[in-house]
Amino acid sequence: MKIAGIELKNPTILASGIMGTTGAALARMSRNGAGAVVTKSIGPVPKKGHNNPSMVELECGYINAMGLPNPSYSGFCEEIGIAKSKTDAPLIASIFGGNAAEFTEVAKGLLSSKPDCFELNVSCPHAEGYGASVGTDPDLVHEITAAVVDAVDVPVWVKLTPNVTDITSIGRAAESAGASAVVAINTVRGMAIDIHSGYPILGNRFGGLSGPAIKPVAVKCVYDLYEVLDVPVIGVGGITCWEDAIEMMLAGASAVEIGSAVHEDTQIFEKISKGIDTYLQKYGYSKAEDIAGLSHEMI
Amino acid sequence: MRPIHSKITEIVEESPNVRTFFFDTQFDEAIPGQFVMVWVHGTDEVPMTLSGKNSITVQKVGDATSRMFELGIGDHMGLRGPFGRGFTIPKKGENVLFIAGGVGAAPIAPLADIVKARGIEGRTILGSRCCDELLFRERFACGRVDITTDDGSEGRGGFVTDQLADTNTSDYDRIYVCGPEIMMYKVFEILKARNVQVKSEFSLHRYFKCGIGVCGTCSMDPDGLRVCRDGPVFNGGELEKSEFGHYERDSSGCKCHF
Repeated sequence: MKIAGIELKNPTILASGIMGTTGAALARMSRNGAGAVVTKSIGPVPKKGHNNPSMVELECGYINAMGLPNPSYSGFCEEIGIAKSKTDAPLIASIFGGNAAEFTEVAKGLLSSKPDCFELNVSCPHAEGYGASVGTDPDLVHEITAAVVDAVDVPVWVKLTPNVTDITSIGRAAESAGASAVVAINTVRGMAIDIHSGYPILGNRFGGLSGPAIKPVAVKCVYDLYEVLDVPVIGVGGITCWEDAIEMMLAGASAVEIGSAVHEDTQIFEKISKGIDTYLQKYGYSKAEDIAGLSHEMI
Repeated sequence: MRPIHSKITEIVEESPNVRTFFFDTQFDEAIPGQFVMVWVHGTDEVPMTLSGKNSITVQKVGDATSRMFELGIGDHMGLRGPFGRGFTIPKKGENVLFIAGGVGAAPIAPLADIVKARGIEGRTILGSRCCDELLFRERFACGRVDITTDDGSEGRGGFVTDQLADTNTSDYDRIYVCGPEIMMYKVFEILKARNVQVKSEFSLHRYFKCGIGVCGTCSMDPDGLRVCRDGPVFNGGELEKSEFGHYERDSSGCKCHF
């Protein structure tokens, strides 16, 4: 299926930040059935990330604050090369920077490793000066997206934060700057406190919530973006089974990304894409694209 | 799971740089070789293999472990676990060889306890830099213990690999190894040369971030096996042609060669 400029093997994509720090890990997720894989977010210089605890399972999902650890684009080209040599699934390079110049520096720096697409991380909720610090301003998102689109010859997707008053204004900014798709949502800003010691649990004190708790938030964001955009929406947030994926697609997603659910099952991609196929057959659809946004017509 | 608020009930000074901390939290279901994430409030959280159902044995090496050494009985840490894959428990009638170097004796000691309790014969090669740093020798009471020290202050002067070279490994059904990676790799090479590596299990150490198998920071080349979830214990056969013994990655993901 061709979505937003790339040929996906199926509609389930490995989300950024999950099993994405090495080429070998990305290839493993591809072997496990991912229709495409997104790398860990890569920046201009090596970054160690926040102190641990950096991810904790809560009653309703997961909370994390990794802090964008990465070996920089120069250190990561080799890993993309390894991933591409071991799999034929498209490889989407997630990148971050503090401004348009840093984003384009990273994108250009990775081009030699031939990623199939870039996903701009303007949505990480817990890295000062990066991520949502730039992704909550439509003008900055427009400037960064336009700069990367101009600098590379592959599709550019923009991953959005739900931690804004109106996600559609950010989505419109990305689309008008030339994004081939928007990806919604990144984690929802959150915090957990250990009641016995009084300490916030994450090393960074606060972070982003993922997992089942945020699925309704993601469904609503995808629904709203589908209403106003012409480019495809990639749905992500709390998908743990094929029913969740279908729900996200009916809301408007052309494909889905899956992250935290890898905790329960590394074979999740194969299971969900099989479930999607069975659903499409049962209800008489010939392809996944046919159900994207269907719920908008149910009035 | 959230970290379990755990009170330190006892501290044993094993050597100048190694202490065992006992807690009021007991991991009864833990399999030897499994680990807990140990949260030192306000500092960091680090993985530690359980040295007993309610204990960890810590070598002072970094910020978190240095802060631990400032804590006393009655102070608290947060514990999450047990996580990961532990050692295969030997069956009655199997012959067992333990090879432990330095603080690497900590993950293996609970297995030696089980082996002794089940009346299984277990021989040990226990090494350290000097006699003061020999750890848990009394817990390897399930059979003969051969001591090696780098400086010759006790037992055989040299490395555990020197003792292993003189040991007939075909006598053993299972071989359990833990210690510094270079030591483990030298052991691995000897076992591989004798074609008995599939009888061996190694407990590995890597930098962990999430500790629960999601982030991929501890993934090993070339198959992407996660040390925190698919390990930390691996069969010798799984480690062939891998990064084991060659390099690891730091917290940013950059390779660091041994």
